[in-house]
Amino acid sequence: MDSQEHTSQQREKGFKTRLQGFIAPIPLIGWLLGFLGAVLVEYFLGDLLSYYLGLPKIPVLFGFLTVLKKPLLIPGTIVYLILVYALPILFIVKFLQKPANRLAAYLDKRRVSVASLVHLSLFYGSLHLWADMSDYRLLVIKLTMIAIMLTLSINVINGYMGEFSCSHPGFMALGAYTASTLTLLFFANDKQFGDALLPGYLGPYFFPLALIAGGIAAALGALVIAIPSFRTRGDYLAIISLAFLFIVKSVIENLEFVGGPRGMSSQPHYSTLPMVFIVMVLCIWIINNFVRSTMGKALNAVRDNELAAEAMTVNTRKTKIITFMFGAFWAGVAGGLFAHVLRYVNPGSFGIQRLAEILAMVYFGGLNSVTGSIVGAVSINVLSEALRPLEIYKWIIIPLLLILVMLFRPTGLIAFTEFKPKELMKPKEKMVGE
Amino acid sequence: MALLRVDNMTHYFGGLRAVHNYNLVLEPGHIVGLIGPNGAGKTTIFNLISGIHTPTEGNIELNGNNLIGHHPHEIASMGLGRTFQNLLLWRHMTVIEHVKMACYSQLEYGIWGAFFGSRLCHSEEKRLTAKAMHLLETFDVDHFSSQLAVSLPYGAQRRVEMARAMATNPKVLFLDEPTAGMTPDELNRMIAIIRKIHQDFDVAIFLIEHRLKFVMELCERIQTLVFGEVIAEGSPEEIKNNPQVIEAYLGREDIH
Repeated sequence: MDSQEHTSQQREKGFKTRLQGFIAPIPLIGWLLGFLGAVLVEYFLGDLLSYYLGLPKIPVLFGFLTVLKKPLLIPGTIVYLILVYALPILFIVKFLQKPANRLAAYLDKRRVSVASLVHLSLFYGSLHLWADMSDYRLLVIKLTMIAIMLTLSINVINGYMGEFSCSHPGFMALGAYTASTLTLLFFANDKQFGDALLPGYLGPYFFPLALIAGGIAAALGALVIAIPSFRTRGDYLAIISLAFLFIVKSVIENLEFVGGPRGMSSQPHYSTLPMVFIVMVLCIWIINNFVRSTMGKALNAVRDNELAAEAMTVNTRKTKIITFMFGAFWAGVAGGLFAHVLRYVNPGSFGIQRLAEILAMVYFGGLNSVTGSIVGAVSINVLSEALRPLEIYKWIIIPLLLILVMLFRPTGLIAFTEFKPKELMKPKEKMVGE
Repeated sequence: MALLRVDNMTHYFGGLRAVHNYNLVLEPGHIVGLIGPNGAGKTTIFNLISGIHTPTEGNIELNGNNLIGHHPHEIASMGLGRTFQNLLLWRHMTVIEHVKMACYSQLEYGIWGAFFGSRLCHSEEKRLTAKAMHLLETFDVDHFSSQLAVSLPYGAQRRVEMARAMATNPKVLFLDEPTAGMTPDELNRMIAIIRKIHQDFDVAIFLIEHRLKFVMELCERIQTLVFGEVIAEGSPEEIKNNPQVIEAYLGREDIH
């Protein structure tokens, strides 16, 4: 009787339970291996498969672009996605479940840094191969990673500290222009600064320094906002920071030596995929360390009740300055990368529209959460690329999605969680036995 | 020497004289109570001493250090812990995070240690967690440690707030109506807890209270405040029989 009830219950829950039962015992490294497998399949068989399925070329962004342009290709694209992504991933995660768990258990006993390094290099390897197949894909990946950095850095200010800062594109512009000026001055023969001052082969080593300089410029800009932010909160700070954004933009538009409204171009090609990836990982790691420490939790205390924070020995003034400068620093670094990805920068790209984009990503993904920021940045960014063929309708679908999220989850998809790499990489095998 | 000394403190809010010529001497290990009708300026005195407002006139010394002009967080780290009348807990933080947060000024790692997760940072976090757990046990809220503080029952929230105040390593503890809104059972428990803190941590306590029973039982000395002025100061017995206090609390009985 009992067993009968049990099975009927199982049947009732049906697909969802079975899916959970399938997913639960697979550790993160299993999924990464699955992704690597799928990428290898696409790398070696992709062209062949798309030829036989009648597709013009391999579907670059999971077929969205192909399908939206030519709806007749839907069946072919779906078959392609199943053959290239779904089947290899499912087979690999299922067949390698035991070894993957053993590997995860082995890594679990090592230090977190070693385990993270293994996971990250596996992920990077697959990503590199995946990006290798199309230039467009490479560009989307780079821009997505930059978006992750931007979202995370604004989450520190708007989410963790609960201020409403609107000046992020301004910080980004400061970083982009500072880094571009430095690399153009030293390593490029261009019309603004003349011949290169240093030999070109030093460039890639110098580039991180240029990024840091960009970050510092943005952090100094943030000081300007941090000082009035002592006394104002909410709407007033939003207005001050918005004003800062416009000031930065119009100053750059009127500075002739950085090209004025025409901007600067022909930055050297330094924002390579490994470069962007490493900087993004550093950004996530440092921000996550900070917000998980007691010193970083002070941001939450300042947000939830500043008076109580002050009475509990928290230096709220210092906390606010540091947070603003810290968030701005990463926005500046992201801006520097951005300028070198597009290899062109003009004041127009750091306006209100960029602000709306960044805010959409952070509120969509979730406040006060590193995972939420990553999810928000990736989903909004990839979605807006994938829906590009819809042209104007894209700007109806994405805001509609945002409204839905705000209605059902007012703080965002994954809000108020802690990102714990150690938990993420844990073996999941135990669940099978129980 | 007095631990906390307030001399001739006067404070105006615009044209309103909230506190007038207030004096306080708090010896180490003493418990002093401050009573008075609503709006008498009791909480204002707390806020003035803990640095939230700066007094218009007067002098405040803690352990021989002048407190005037210091930020509240500096005063707090000098050894003045406090609780609030309306429980200022942090909405999105767990109980243990509350207590660890109050150790902010004791953190030995700097901002760079927090960014890069230095070894010192990790060991400090461990040390603070152990300290916080110990404090939570003292206040009998350790089983709530990973819950959000605002989701706890009211009495437990009060105890979390006191644990948080104790985490700042105070020499003087200010309690602003620690029994507001409590049932008689919880009241007795709070009396026991305050006695325990007083013995275990060797702090001087200065408390605001409305319930005379509570004040009479705990305090060695009581001040009565009416319209920002102390009208009576003395032992519980003296205060209980002081006609001015009775008048302020109960009103004058006219004999025809």
